[in-house]
Amino acid sequence: MKIKINGADQTLDVDPEMPLLWALRDVLGLTGTKYGCGEALCGACTVHLDGHAVRACVTPVSRAEGRTTTTIEGLAGAQKHPLQQAWLDLRVPQCGFCQAGQLMTAAALLAVKPKPTDVEIDQSMAGNICRCGTYTRIRAAIKRAAGVSDEGNSK
Amino acid sequence: MRVGELFVIIAIAIAVALTSCSGGQRAPTPVVLRAAGPAELLAVSEFDAISNRADRSRALFGEVARVLRHPRCINCHPDGDSPHQRFAMEPHDPPVVRGPANNGVPGLECTTCHQTHNQQLTRVPGAPKWQLAPIDMAWFGKSVGYLCNELKDPKRNGGRTLAKIIEHVSSDELVGWAWHPGADREPAPGTQAQLGALVKAWVDTGAECPEERP
Repeated sequence: MKIKINGADQTLDVDPEMPLLWALRDVLGLTGTKYGCGEALCGACTVHLDGHAVRACVTPVSRAEGRTTTTIEGLAGAQKHPLQQAWLDLRVPQCGFCQAGQLMTAAALLAVKPKPTDVEIDQSMAGNICRCGTYTRIRAAIKRAAGVSDEGNSK
Repeated sequence: MRVGELFVIIAIAIAVALTSCSGGQRAPTPVVLRAAGPAELLAVSEFDAISNRADRSRALFGEVARVLRHPRCINCHPDGDSPHQRFAMEPHDPPVVRGPANNGVPGLECTTCHQTHNQQLTRVPGAPKWQLAPIDMAWFGKSVGYLCNELKDPKRNGGRTLAKIIEHVSSDELVGWAWHPGADREPAPGTQAQLGALVKAWVDTGAECPEERP
């Protein structure tokens, strides 16, 4: 099957029911997307299909056929995505394992809600688990990338 | 709950028999419907024993409600902004919200995880158009009478006529998922075709509703 990943056309000879995550990591070598729980419960494997966040661990690769897939490797263009810069500025990651998924979910949010409220951030990010507990820094970085004041929030 | 509803049906049937008794005549034998098992629905023909049309209609809806109130159906008809899951109707994990179009919020849409079909390996359920019912169609925590009136009200049933309601429950793919939920999930009782037949019979008998309780 033919799929487009990070702007490049790819041909895959795999079972259509293979989880997209397996195709990305094991077949195409795009290991930036992480395997967390394997049950769509943690968000570590979040990628975009036509700009919509999906959990690659439970998404059959066949769903990507005819759609544009974007992974953390393809999030930025010539320059870092504003979220990636904010992540660096505020030193968001601790162990970092979940952060690719966090960034992809946050990017899907900002694409639709460029100036999200705290509630909107919390609702969109609620399914991305961070065992290091970097949630307040994640929220602050999303607001920084969006140009929204984070005054009054605990860091 | 299912046992309780069965007794309601039986009580209705008995009441029918008693109220149809006129003075001076011997009381007819009370109508007692067969006890349906948890996985089955009574056939429309089994309600023929209830001679009063309106009472038969109410009894038919009682059987319909066994499906509507089944966890496979009611979990995604919440009375709040988040669905439930599993047979115990636990809060959905992860903690998703309905969003303005009942399909989640950016970054955490229903289809972020749910596909157009059940996932065998990961057990994540899926069907076409996977989403929450609008808040106007809330079923969670509602009485059988409330559900009945809600189903008849175009303002609370998606603008559907009763004919469209029959068509919807009989053929909609997302409705049909309730009988093919995948993994080890218990399906809704009976079949989608049986539910469609029961709803049609309810409509054909006047779409009468049981008394609405809070």
